[in-house]
Amino acid sequence: MNVFAGRIDFIRQAQVAARLGAVLPRAAVLHRSEDTRPYECDGLSAYRQLPMVVALPADEAQVQAVLRICHELQVPVVARGAGTGLSGGALPMGDGVLLSLAKMKKILAVDPVARIARVQPGVRNAAISEAAAPYGLYYAPDPSSQIACTIGGNVAENSGGVHCVKYGLTVHNVMRVRGLTAAGDLVEFGSEAPDAPGYDLLALAIGSEGMLAVTTEVSVRLIPKPETACCIMASFDDVEKAGNAVADVIGAGIIPAGLEMMDRPATHAVEQFVHAGYDLEAAALLLCESDGTPEEVREEVARMSEVLRASGATGIRVSQNETERLKFWAGRKAAFPAVGRISPDYYCMDGTIPRRRLGEILHFIAAMEIKYGLRCPNVFHAGDGNLHPLILFDANKPDELARTEAFAGEVLEKCVEVGGTITGEHGVGIEKINQMCTQFAPAELALFRGVKTAFDPEGLLNPGKNIPTLHRCAEYGRMHLKGGTAAAQQPHAGLPRF
Amino acid sequence: MDAVLEQWSQVVRSATEGRRPLRIRGSGSKDFYGNATAGELLDTRGHAGIVDYESSELVVTARAGTPLAELESALAQKGQMLAFEPPHFGASATVGGMLAAGLSGPRRQSAGPLRDFVLGMQLMDGRGDILNFGGRVMKNVAGYDVSRLLAGSLGTLGLILEASLKTLPLPVMEATLRFELPEDRAVETLNRWGGQPLPVSASAWHGDELHVRLSGAAAAVTAALGRLGGEQLSADRARPFWSGLREQRHPFFQNSMPLWRLAVPSTAPPRVFEVLPGSRLLEWGGGLRWIATHADARVVRDVAAKAGGHATLFRAADKSCGSFHPLPPEMMMLHRRLKATFDPQGIFNPGRLYPDL
Repeated sequence: MNVFAGRIDFIRQAQVAARLGAVLPRAAVLHRSEDTRPYECDGLSAYRQLPMVVALPADEAQVQAVLRICHELQVPVVARGAGTGLSGGALPMGDGVLLSLAKMKKILAVDPVARIARVQPGVRNAAISEAAAPYGLYYAPDPSSQIACTIGGNVAENSGGVHCVKYGLTVHNVMRVRGLTAAGDLVEFGSEAPDAPGYDLLALAIGSEGMLAVTTEVSVRLIPKPETACCIMASFDDVEKAGNAVADVIGAGIIPAGLEMMDRPATHAVEQFVHAGYDLEAAALLLCESDGTPEEVREEVARMSEVLRASGATGIRVSQNETERLKFWAGRKAAFPAVGRISPDYYCMDGTIPRRRLGEILHFIAAMEIKYGLRCPNVFHAGDGNLHPLILFDANKPDELARTEAFAGEVLEKCVEVGGTITGEHGVGIEKINQMCTQFAPAELALFRGVKTAFDPEGLLNPGKNIPTLHRCAEYGRMHLKGGTAAAQQPHAGLPRF
Repeated sequence: MDAVLEQWSQVVRSATEGRRPLRIRGSGSKDFYGNATAGELLDTRGHAGIVDYESSELVVTARAGTPLAELESALAQKGQMLAFEPPHFGASATVGGMLAAGLSGPRRQSAGPLRDFVLGMQLMDGRGDILNFGGRVMKNVAGYDVSRLLAGSLGTLGLILEASLKTLPLPVMEATLRFELPEDRAVETLNRWGGQPLPVSASAWHGDELHVRLSGAAAAVTAALGRLGGEQLSADRARPFWSGLREQRHPFFQNSMPLWRLAVPSTAPPRVFEVLPGSRLLEWGGGLRWIATHADARVVRDVAAKAGGHATLFRAADKSCGSFHPLPPEMMMLHRRLKATFDPQGIFNPGRLYPDL
């Protein structure tokens, strides 16, 4: 575990708490350690740090007041939604204010005609679709933690989901973000029109990990709920064949609503846990979903089945009803809790690769399992090449942690080497900050820092995350592969993931 | 380094040293768009060609100088397309110009804008350094999304060298329907259909005629044809209609009045635009309103802003009022600082987007 030794300056703490107490209700400013403890980490619990002060504003005016005071006192601010993020993006600072936006959870408007929902940042992802459901509409991005994670967090991380192969990521579904800069200036990125004048600052703000502005309001696009959906479960006797089948489906001109893959160790772990009826003989399973009108789905399922058979599927099952479809998915969505049952700890990776390199990466991971003597079941968002290999380890055996870190480092660097990225959807945060030095050259990192400075010249919003300093990269060069850490004892352990 | 890039790097470095502006240009098909800019010409056509295209990856990587027609024909050979249906505005339009202008065509209504399909870019900044952002994969959240920022920046942030774009399969079936109805009913109808699972991929209303294109699986298009009614156009009438709309060859655009592009919420009622004398054409399910009018720029911009959108002076002999909608001061400050980060001496296409960028 990485407990940050950021010591809290109690005089400073009293000063900041007093100033914030003048603009927020008494109960909305926390500084005693028993009150701030719940905020010491996000979903990446291996990193913990008590914040100096926690502020819980209830509206935009209060957020602005907090930011203005922090700007005046030059106190760093870390914004946080539900804290389900997996890369430590909401890790607090011992000399900073943790700005929780959880109280701002109003759905301000649902316009069923324009198909737009306007919401506060603390609204849960799933709550938007629930509010839109009476109109036959929904918000498409569905990160597996959608019952808990907030739209503000989704904007910060550009969250995906199992259906983003067809419906896109947060950046494709958010129309407008209203927020405040570190100085407390009100800014609006994007609009409820198809575009906005000037540079596309909306694209820049989405996925910026809370480093450019604090989100206070979001307009999202709602789309009509597909009339029906159907899922194919295809078995393969070889993981590489399954990987090639993914390319074949897409190469045949089909964009499935979801295209997921699990290898045998993953299906075995899941089956014991949820009894989804998975084929335990198969070396790999593909879940391939079609949605749309009943006619469309019938046509697409027939075409997909044909391609999968030609690609060497040894078995194909098509969900016969909604209950069976959800059962197929229940296994996939429970992969992480299931793996949590068979191993004391696990470390999840998030690399993305070009789909055609899937087979190669799978063989590489298999070789790493032997090299490091650790098991690594694999679940993938195969349709978009986003890998979530899970290295199983026991943190109580110290050498296993070190081996896990080295294993993960090699896999992420391999992802970069084949033309991919160190993070497809979980973000850099604090967790992968060293690997940023592998993926980007010094001039690129310098430009990122310039972007940060354009929005936040004093570097007060979430400093130290996402973009490493050159100094840090130099250190990492020496420490190579020792900078990572592993996730032990996930909070929200029962929450569906990825 | 590639010889062309080596040479450009020297040109850029020396321009920055001497604070001499560069005018980045491909074929010049979009010279009319945005504000005028002066400076030494940097012709991007010397850096052309498709670098990588694997249709099963849905990703194509092409250099800035690649003719857009060449890229589209390579995709069509594999049954794919650029789903945002970019306008060319000239037979030799380039990929770099398409990216810098950031314009999308009729299919933007269902597929999304150009920037949604940008996966990665390589650019040269004002220091002459070559930088890579994003990549050739669908999901990538490492660092800020600089490549999407460059889309539509009109070359003011950097010299776009190469881009990776997401491609999509061509629809299995397309059909076009024509309806006769007034503008307010067209807006109402398009928004109603937008809320239903219908395969509407494009729409255009002008002169009491609404055209709607359906694209998708044969079953979905056939079912929608049965449901929506209207008169179906034959394929040899439908195809030129949509390409004519995209390229602004439609009769509406053959007009000597200044052409304004208003991006507004799709539900904006037509009556709010009636204070602007002239004619109108509507696209994107109501989100895009083209207005040919002699009305004063301030009035047009006021109308657009009140409707919740913005107005661009798209084509006009006199653009002294500025092509693009003015930004609030806090937003303009962010623009200036970003520009200074990419291009410290302001050498790339100065003034093309806003006078002081």
